[in-house]
Amino acid sequence: MGGSIVAIGMGLAVIGAGLGIGWIGAKAMESIARQPEAVGDIRANMILMAAFIEGAALIALILSFLVA
Amino acid sequence: MLPLHRFSKRAFLLLKIKHRMRKIILSFLYIAVLTLTGFAQDGHDHSGHNHSGHDHGHQTQNTQDHSGHDHGAQGHGDHGNQHGPICGEAQDHEFDAGANAIHHIADANVYSIGPFMIPLPCILYSKEEGLKTFLSSKFHFAGYGHGDGHQAVDRYVLDGGTVRRITDPSFPKGNVPISGFIHKEINKQHTSYVCYNNKLYPTDAKSTADAGLFGGGITSFYDFSITKNVTSMMIVCSLLFFLFRSVAKAMERRVGMAPAGLQNFLEPFVTFIRDEVAIPFLGPKYEKYLPFLLCVFLFILGLNLFGQIPFFGGANVTGNLAVTAVLAIFAFLITNISGNADYWKHLFLAPGTPWFVKIILIPVELMGVLIKPLTLMLRLFANITAGHMVILIFVSFIFIFGKNGQSIPGAGLGAVGATLLTLFMMAIELIVAFVQAFVFTILTASYIGASTEEHHHAEAEH
Repeated sequence: MGGSIVAIGMGLAVIGAGLGIGWIGAKAMESIARQPEAVGDIRANMILMAAFIEGAALIALILSFLVA
Repeated sequence: MLPLHRFSKRAFLLLKIKHRMRKIILSFLYIAVLTLTGFAQDGHDHSGHNHSGHDHGHQTQNTQDHSGHDHGAQGHGDHGNQHGPICGEAQDHEFDAGANAIHHIADANVYSIGPFMIPLPCILYSKEEGLKTFLSSKFHFAGYGHGDGHQAVDRYVLDGGTVRRITDPSFPKGNVPISGFIHKEINKQHTSYVCYNNKLYPTDAKSTADAGLFGGGITSFYDFSITKNVTSMMIVCSLLFFLFRSVAKAMERRVGMAPAGLQNFLEPFVTFIRDEVAIPFLGPKYEKYLPFLLCVFLFILGLNLFGQIPFFGGANVTGNLAVTAVLAIFAFLITNISGNADYWKHLFLAPGTPWFVKIILIPVELMGVLIKPLTLMLRLFANITAGHMVILIFVSFIFIFGKNGQSIPGAGLGAVGATLLTLFMMAIELIVAFVQAFVFTILTASYIGASTEEHHHAEAEH
């Protein structure tokens, strides 16, 4: 039973991170389309922001591992 | 001019790739042959295990050749030690993909190249026994196969490539032949038992720094051995050292001339980190931190890529919490030691905010100091571990669909699916190897940059 609740928690964490990273990707694509010459800067910042969100998701995943 | 230059570069690369195609196909063939020989040898191993068991003469007629091979199988021997011949009891051949994957990403005291096992030095410490050093070949494991030792050395045993310790004081000291291992899961606690004289002795895993995430925790002995991960680290570090040494020498020799050979390969990494990471985040004082950033980037990238080489150890070094923790601790120390007055003032005083915001903001800022390295550690660990695990679980499809050897068509179907999915996943993992090395470096640079930043309002006051 504990396992399935942990699975739900992990799923929720992944949904949140997926939405966040998807939003970043969408906005980055949009800004690259508007300003193709700034592609290098946009890409670097996109990866940086995605890494921050991923960090939050990973803390949730590790905590659910520990609880399981 | 720039697009044209880019285009020609790309065309040149494509041409090169075409030339390499033949080599790539040849290497795929080589890998396929290696896999097949690996499976063939696995078959031999089972019979070999049986023979060696008989050679030691400590087997009883009840002992079957399965006892040593039930990785992840949930044993039926839950009745405990009271019943007689437990070691030989027939076990369920249920294949546990998760346990198999964790076994393969864990550190080991043997180095495996393809199906072959190479012994490594063991340095073990426990309160009762003191320090013990010997080569792991003393455990008498087969030269290929699972890495189960047939001999206990001073109550240490080798179970699936990893050293474990028998805690029971009634187990004899010295070199003792054992008949195999049985793995059981009782109350979610995975324990491995040693079979000796038809009795089961529980074993302790080594003490680990990963909060017991992959078994272990704080137990009865410490393992300071040159393990598979340590060996991989040594190989990669010496490779990087010699590569960069030769390039540095070439640079001195060829002053004012165009870069040649290896220089062309390694210089882009250095200039990439300098121009894309160090200068944008650290500003004019980037030179002070560039060596650290380059070290971190190349160390992580080298080990990520080294861990991706199939059949060559496949060490999961950057997916080990202890390794990523040390990297994160260095980032933490450098960030805080080089932090200037502005950094500490913002941390403890949060200037320019009303007092009720300060009550919330200051604890959050202080927590952020610790959470930053924590996420650095977890991000790298989780990404690399997840990649390795997904690949291993795809490979497990062969055994899941093949019902662990009972269904040959299922196994064939699983093999085809697993090959395609694994190749796809490995291509993604190549990107992840670069991205994670880059992300670790860029985040470290941004943390250092934030702690050493000169604030503009401070400058205006002067």
